[in-house]
Amino acid sequence: MTDARPIPLDQLIVCPQCDAVYTLQRPGVGERAVCQRCRTVLITPRRKAGLQIIAVSLAVVILIIAATVFPFLTIKAAGASNSVSILDAALAFDHGVLIFLALTTAALIIFVPLARVMLAIYVLLPIVLDRPPARGATQAFRLSEALRPWSMAEIFAIGCAVALVKISDLADVAFGPAFWMFAALVLLVVAQDNFLCRWSVWNSLDKTRTS
Amino acid sequence: MELAGQNPDIISARELGVVACTRCSRVWKRGTNTCGRCGHAIVSRDEKSLQRVWALWLVGLLCYVPANLYPMLQTRTLLSVQEDTIVGGAIELMHHGAVGIALIILIASVVIPIGKFLAIAFLALSVSRRSTASNHQRQILYEVVEYIGRWSMIDIFVVAIMSSLVQLNTLAAVNPGRASLFFALSVIFTMLSAQAFDSRMIWDVQSGDEGARV
Repeated sequence: MTDARPIPLDQLIVCPQCDAVYTLQRPGVGERAVCQRCRTVLITPRRKAGLQIIAVSLAVVILIIAATVFPFLTIKAAGASNSVSILDAALAFDHGVLIFLALTTAALIIFVPLARVMLAIYVLLPIVLDRPPARGATQAFRLSEALRPWSMAEIFAIGCAVALVKISDLADVAFGPAFWMFAALVLLVVAQDNFLCRWSVWNSLDKTRTS
Repeated sequence: MELAGQNPDIISARELGVVACTRCSRVWKRGTNTCGRCGHAIVSRDEKSLQRVWALWLVGLLCYVPANLYPMLQTRTLLSVQEDTIVGGAIELMHHGAVGIALIILIASVVIPIGKFLAIAFLALSVSRRSTASNHQRQILYEVVEYIGRWSMIDIFVVAIMSSLVQLNTLAAVNPGRASLFFALSVIFTMLSAQAFDSRMIWDVQSGDEGARV
């Protein structure tokens, strides 16, 4: 049963989680290919997904830059006030060894999400325009996938909510423009991630190179 | 009983004599070392996986101890200076009536990290000796650990926001404590530990593929 199967290797798909082998059957739009054994989603094609993702990614780039620069939160207590941007929040750990923490926080909430959407635009734009893949597109997409667990914008958003409640009995808190930008940003980052069918991207990077 | 038992016709790439890229799921002949499509390194089973899992797990655990002993947050007001550890801060919040927020902090900083240490240890042990939990249960456990691990960072972000925002000169100031560094390191190392785990090993042992054991 296991030997001498003349199925070409590119007609097979293997679940990355549990190593189960299937012959490739591309699901129709709106359908999903799911591993029968461990339920990992293998392929989720979407109509015009590339274009949607590029549009969302552009919006995310603009929002991240804007949300980083504009004031994020302002507090007032007994005449004194202080307003900070997201970058200030990330760089709050500025004493001694805590510098390491400041850089990590800044990376997790600003630079990694920014890098991921820019890589996505770089990889997807040629595919959507039916051009050959951009130079280094495979490395770019691989990097973007490797960074995926380290993009923590949505966790920062929940952290904001917790911090606001903790502060609210100490002082009055007002939202700056960046706060609303960041709220929109979190929704877009999550949407962008869910639109993306990894298998389809890899497949189109593959096909365009060999043909 | 097990899901694999319901689908006896499912075979693994290893049994078929091929290897697959875990990044892009392209299939190659056995013995291929690098994926020709995405350039990711390919191994049929990551033999050193468990060593890395345990090493990173231990570092994460060692960082978690000082993370709970040192103060996480230093609050300075006109009258007093107060230093709170993670658990102390949550108890303080509970006294102020913010039970919901205290629970979020306790779940994100205590329940999730400890649960994660136990879950990763259980998974690593279960692939080297027979386990009573089914493959499917262990796969779900692994996915939960991978998904939920990042959320422990919440407390670090809360400290970051509070200590940048609450800087009202003499009136009140909040500063990060030493525990924040250890806590962040603990979260990062346990995330790396979970990522180092090769989940394909979960499915090997009970499908009778003895060669896949480490």
